[in-house]
Amino acid sequence: MSLTRKKKEKVNEVPTKITWKEIKRQKVLLFWSFLIVVYGVVFYYLPLAGWVMAFQNYKPKDGIFHSEFIGLAKFEQLFHDATFLRVIRNTLAMGVINLVVCFVTAITFAILLNELQNNNRKKVVQTISYLPHFLSWIIVTGILHGALSGSGIINELLVAFHIIDSPINFFAHPKFFWPIVAFANIWKETGWNAIIYLAAITAIDPCLYEAASIDGAGRWERIKYVTLPGIKPTIIILLLMNVGNVLNAGFEIQYLLGNGLVKSVSETIDIYVLKWGISQGDYAIGTAAGIFKSLVSIILIVVANQIAKHNGEERLF
Amino acid sequence: MKLLKKNKKKTSLGDKIFYFCNGIFMIAFVIITLYPVLNTLVLSFNDGTDALRGGIHLWPRKWTLKNFETVLTKDNLITGAIITVARTAIGTLLALVTNALLAFIVSRKRFLFKRQLSLFWVITMYVNGGLIPTFLLFKGLGLTNSFGVYVIPGMLSAFNMLVIRTFMNGIPDSLEESAQLDGAGYMTIFLRIISPLCKPVYATVALFVAVGQWNSWFDAMIYNRMRSDLTTLQYELMKLLSSVTNQGGSVENLKNAAGAVTPTSVRAAATIITILPIVMLYPFLQRYFVTGMTLGGVKE
Repeated sequence: MSLTRKKKEKVNEVPTKITWKEIKRQKVLLFWSFLIVVYGVVFYYLPLAGWVMAFQNYKPKDGIFHSEFIGLAKFEQLFHDATFLRVIRNTLAMGVINLVVCFVTAITFAILLNELQNNNRKKVVQTISYLPHFLSWIIVTGILHGALSGSGIINELLVAFHIIDSPINFFAHPKFFWPIVAFANIWKETGWNAIIYLAAITAIDPCLYEAASIDGAGRWERIKYVTLPGIKPTIIILLLMNVGNVLNAGFEIQYLLGNGLVKSVSETIDIYVLKWGISQGDYAIGTAAGIFKSLVSIILIVVANQIAKHNGEERLF
Repeated sequence: MKLLKKNKKKTSLGDKIFYFCNGIFMIAFVIITLYPVLNTLVLSFNDGTDALRGGIHLWPRKWTLKNFETVLTKDNLITGAIITVARTAIGTLLALVTNALLAFIVSRKRFLFKRQLSLFWVITMYVNGGLIPTFLLFKGLGLTNSFGVYVIPGMLSAFNMLVIRTFMNGIPDSLEESAQLDGAGYMTIFLRIISPLCKPVYATVALFVAVGQWNSWFDAMIYNRMRSDLTTLQYELMKLLSSVTNQGGSVENLKNAAGAVTPTSVRAAATIITILPIVMLYPFLQRYFVTGMTLGGVKE
């Protein structure tokens, strides 16, 4: 039950032919699937129709059927807006930083945890490690505010070790914002993300390690030549899945941690949409920004998938 | 022979150093993970004005229950707690039933639109309309300013459905076939035969949904901002948090100093109340999370 399974068993399924008899037999299933499809159309596909707004001079009183059609004007306006270009940079930067650091820490943590000899200790550490995943961002940012405040533990430690002379207000300096976000993500998700790598490591054939030891491989060689190649398919699949989410990774924490002083580095596309779309009521510009985000996400995921396919690696589709 | 021996001895010393360092690393990891939570717990039991002096780490200096008293007498927090419990219970039940039903349908081998229906949902994982169209849709459907917005829109999710479906695919078809020979309809098979076998995966999905419901605040902020009777615990917590950070808290600090309760200490108490259910249930339920995470990772 893990991603390490290299080859899927191909089941030769012959689709059932649509006949009246089958339809009658499956009428219960068809009835429920009809309801479920209606639900799906309303809640997942209908909002896509709202994309029309981005090409209109949308006025709530006219609705999407009677608003004036203005083509790509809203997109032009977007890309001439310095703020929007800045929020793209912020979203991409934080998305990529988080993706990279979370991958590295989760894989490292999984490998190191796997090297623990005592199984009970391993279990205890793992259980503790993913507790933060279940705390909301509200709580995590609350804790961060406390820890990084003037009298917080971080300043206290830095002063005690004479690294700084007086407490720093971390939230007042733009240069600290991205590292804080990255650290928060590491703190919250490392243990959780490691679960799947640990499962993959456990699935590696122990004979491989024995064989490597006999050939004289030390610990680092074993990790480098057995463990890492063993979990490579898992890493690639998760990387592919997360590449499409790079732009989605920027809302809650930035919204909760951001303040006027660090606005230039904290605002992301989602916050921009929220600000212009909901608070200012400019639905068209908010929708246009949302479309841009969706398109970039899809392009990213398709490109990443193609690269993986080209290199003969695992892929999503 | 000599060389081999030497080599072995060398690695074992290296091993010792490695295990030592690894142990230190793990201890540091556990401390970094637990300290902030424990510190919040300690602050919630410590006198607010006293805490302003700093230096409180793992044990309260001046014990008090004032912070909790203050939190528990705030009307909006009580309302928030009730709504949060309600949305968690109702939302989880609804999500579990619908996701299980959908997973059951698409995992039937003979189902006519098996592939199409799966694809229909998998697409929703990658494409979505975005905030504004969704907002307008909910407004149009009359879901804004109502309790329904908490439990209806997120009810069915492709991810949860896939987790259950993966599990159901592992159940032998012969069970279904023999039940059908005995004259059982699909609903009977779903309720009496498949569902009892799916208890572990149902528990997993229920937990995912429940944690999500418990922790969500965005919907309360966006859709139910005007309805203070529909506020949630997390949203109230967020308001407490922003009132502390944005205004520097100094005015409020002074005002409350006499009462020995500060925004920081109240926030700590509210945080503890909010995470209490999760932390208490966590040791018993955590194995289900792991099951779900590994099941969910299996691709199509």
